Amino acid sequence: MTLTYPAELHYTASHEYVALTDGLAVVGITSFAIEELGDITYLELPPVGRTVTCGERFGTIESVKAVSDLYAPVSGVVRAVHGELVDAPERLAEDPYGIGWLLKIQLTQPEETQALLTAADYQAQLGG
Amino acid sequence: MPHSPLYECYQREAKLTEFAGWNLPGQFAGLTPEHQAVRHSAGLFDISHMGQIELMGNRILWDFNPLVPTAITHLQPGQAQYTVLLNPHGGIIDDIIIYHQGQPGAKLIVNAACSAKNLAWLAKHLPGTCQLVNQVLLALQGPQATGILQTLTADVLQAIPRFGHQIITTKLGQIWVARTGYTGEDGWEIQAEPGVGQALWRELCDQGAVPCGLAVRDMLRLEAGLHLYGQDMDETITPLAAGLGWLVDWDKGDFIGRGALTTQKTQGLAQKLVGLIGTGRRIFRPGYPVLAQGQTVGRVTSGTLSLSLGRPIGLAYVDTHWAKLGASLTVQVREQELPVTVVKRTFYTRPG
Repeated sequence: MTLTYPAELHYTASHEYVALTDGLAVVGITSFAIEELGDITYLELPPVGRTVTCGERFGTIESVKAVSDLYAPVSGVVRAVHGELVDAPERLAEDPYGIGWLLKIQLTQPEETQALLTAADYQAQLGG
Repeated sequence: MPHSPLYECYQREAKLTEFAGWNLPGQFAGLTPEHQAVRHSAGLFDISHMGQIELMGNRILWDFNPLVPTAITHLQPGQAQYTVLLNPHGGIIDDIIIYHQGQPGAKLIVNAACSAKNLAWLAKHLPGTCQLVNQVLLALQGPQATGILQTLTADVLQAIPRFGHQIITTKLGQIWVARTGYTGEDGWEIQAEPGVGQALWRELCDQGAVPCGLAVRDMLRLEAGLHLYGQDMDETITPLAAGLGWLVDWDKGDFIGRGALTTQKTQGLAQKLVGLIGTGRRIFRPGYPVLAQGQTVGRVTSGTLSLSLGRPIGLAYVDTHWAKLGASLTVQVREQELPVTVVKRTFYTRPG
């Protein structure tokens, strides 16, 4: 897989990405994280309607190699969950920034997004 | 970090990983295609990191016999035996295969991380000489392994039985082949000079063998119910607890650790190694607690999501009372308790 970090996205140090559109944050994990995990076997996501808080665990992702927590990059209410991906988590690796989205969160603290990393910041962190 | 003499054959296509201090292929095309290759055609592994020890002594099998609980003096040249080195407490120093080469020589293949301690142990207990050698080791595993290897030699490979071994002449040079492996499939482990080994790697790939990494090897060996030293057994675990009682020949006379094993056999085991199978897709990993009726009764030592079965499988030490086949237990997988069943440790058996 080619590792990419689209410039229009926002990132966390824990390898989530956020795409901001009209008050909704589309959340996924980066191609780097997927590469590190390897073959993904299991995904656990919160139900629609759940309130998540920035920095708190919202789910679990497992691969044959490792198990990792997923952390909310922003606070808000879960408006959509990618249920098909829960049934076929291996598909996440096909297109992490497209079909690999995990949650859509309605922001309750929009100012939190200012603390997210730019693509350049995130890549610098990976390099460091 | 050291890497194998085969490094240049695969460095551009492998995802490398650190294993026992070596830089080795963790994976090539991915777990699924590599698993498919070994189960349905043939996979090729670089296992050059494994310890290769040559033993010399005029009575080598008789000298070696007291170091293991298995009777080995009946081995004929060209035969091999899987067994364990034991300490005086009956704990497993390492699991090994001893290949009888014909007096005065024998070859041991041992775990990479145990090479140095094994060598020290052997030097202390054997009158003859023992030395590590650094040849290339390959494993060609799967139903098409023999057919692929046969394209390189006029020697009749089918005549070599399971655990048989011999030096054969190939178009690339002489190689030592043993019908052994760690995947549950028919196949070969091959020792060669580095130059020959490199040519062999390329030729076997050209003949259709699929390069495979250590990640899938771990899944394959677990599906086959094979132990991993350092996870499923160590120096505190006896072969009786590890489900390797079949290695102990009580009629063979004295051997290191015999007294401890006898005591354990008389008193009974507190815990035994069992196979566990679950449902769903969550993997139980080493260290996860095993519970019965809300109480911790054991711990997981190996686990994976079996691609053959589509279910999580694992090995665990559990209190003997709960070790019966069919027992219903749970594994604490992080915040969840997942139901598992105690099953035979051989999760996958090759057809035929």
